[in-house]
Amino acid sequence: MEAFEYTAPKTIADAVAALASKGDQARALAGGTDLLVQLRGGRRRAQLVVDVKGVPELNQISYSARTGLTLGAAVPCCLVYQNKSVASAYPGLIDPASLIGSIQIQGRATIGGNLCNSAPSGDSIPAIIALGGVCNIAGSGGKTRQVPAEQFCTGPGRNVLQPGELLVSIHLPPPAANSGANYQRFIPRNEMDIAVAGVGTSVVLDSSKRNFVSARIALASVAPTPVFAKKAGDSLAGKPVSDAAIEEAAKLAMADAKPIDDMRGTIKQRTHLVGVLTRRTLQTAIKRARGE
Amino acid sequence: MPGLVHVQTTINGNEVNFLCEPRQSLLECLRDVLGMTGTKEGCNDGNCGACTVLLDGRIVTSCLVLGVEAQGRQITTIEGLATPQGLHPLQQAFLEQAALQCGICTPGFIMASKALLDKEPEADEGRIRHWLAGNLCRCTGYDKIVRAVLQAEDMIKAKK
Repeated sequence: MEAFEYTAPKTIADAVAALASKGDQARALAGGTDLLVQLRGGRRRAQLVVDVKGVPELNQISYSARTGLTLGAAVPCCLVYQNKSVASAYPGLIDPASLIGSIQIQGRATIGGNLCNSAPSGDSIPAIIALGGVCNIAGSGGKTRQVPAEQFCTGPGRNVLQPGELLVSIHLPPPAANSGANYQRFIPRNEMDIAVAGVGTSVVLDSSKRNFVSARIALASVAPTPVFAKKAGDSLAGKPVSDAAIEEAAKLAMADAKPIDDMRGTIKQRTHLVGVLTRRTLQTAIKRARGE
Repeated sequence: MPGLVHVQTTINGNEVNFLCEPRQSLLECLRDVLGMTGTKEGCNDGNCGACTVLLDGRIVTSCLVLGVEAQGRQITTIEGLATPQGLHPLQQAFLEQAALQCGICTPGFIMASKALLDKEPEADEGRIRHWLAGNLCRCTGYDKIVRAVLQAEDMIKAKK
């Protein structure tokens, strides 16, 4: 690994100042499970590594049924799924948190880092998009801004963060009554692999639990960025829960997939998988919404 | 060129001070700076689990931790398991079940298994296999390793 300097600030202001001091040659370090591999392999370069795990706001994991979840960008996956109130309120977030990498990786890797790494295959990103997540970003001079999760990634490994900006936390709205969410991916093994395709969905049902009020669907590994399949989700709004409605949403999601052929899968396979996974995740999300 | 950084940490219960470059991984610091070569380097990118150590009680791949991140933390390595009274039950069970051939993956498997048994002393085979998915072994085919972890559970229970 090429030499770099290291700093471990304790406040957002110091972290942002450190990041700004080196522009695109500074990198924020949370779990390091992507960054250190990339620095070692020469895929990213850094003169300064800013370890943000000492900043309190990046370590917070606070949930209330009234305000929702604020998840600090440096909270490792294991603390997400070990948190009982978060696990019961957002099973659709626990799905990716508990299948990213190994137990060793889940002890370090963070949902915020998954977003900032901005891989098209990032498992937590479709889940965050489906759950209506918003990214809280800090910049220099105390400036902050909020970006909806579906607008965060701009290309493979690229996102809206400008040099000197820091992802502080992700906010999820409180789960609506009769709502449920799910993320599933396809990999050719049981564990430890990168999604050939992945789908995250969330649904809100009416009080009879027989009709969709609204739905959000997002896709992984089928485009240069995670995809918010808005038409597919919107197609369900107001419809009775039925195989036909789910099939229609799956078709629309497949139409939003723009995959490539590569060593993990073909365009045809990935498009097909989006259909299968959209159906399966909707069915699971509906079960969860019904408390089944 | 950035200078060396002084790191003060606790390894296997002992306070340890060392100097390292910020770019050096905890794995490099353990092996090359401190001469603690029990922790093995496999893939060096977080896939194989050979370099697994406990960091504040949680298993991590030490190739994906910077040495400087060890400041003020508690680290447990394979060297910390045996006592003057003898091997840790996991070490004994791995020997008795012949759960190793080349041995490079073994310290990582034992550290990962220790973390599991500390929390879930009665983990079943399925749970053990899932927990150890981040540790690769190219020799044994895993069955002997799983049997050794199950035997270690019995040994630990019998001791209590």
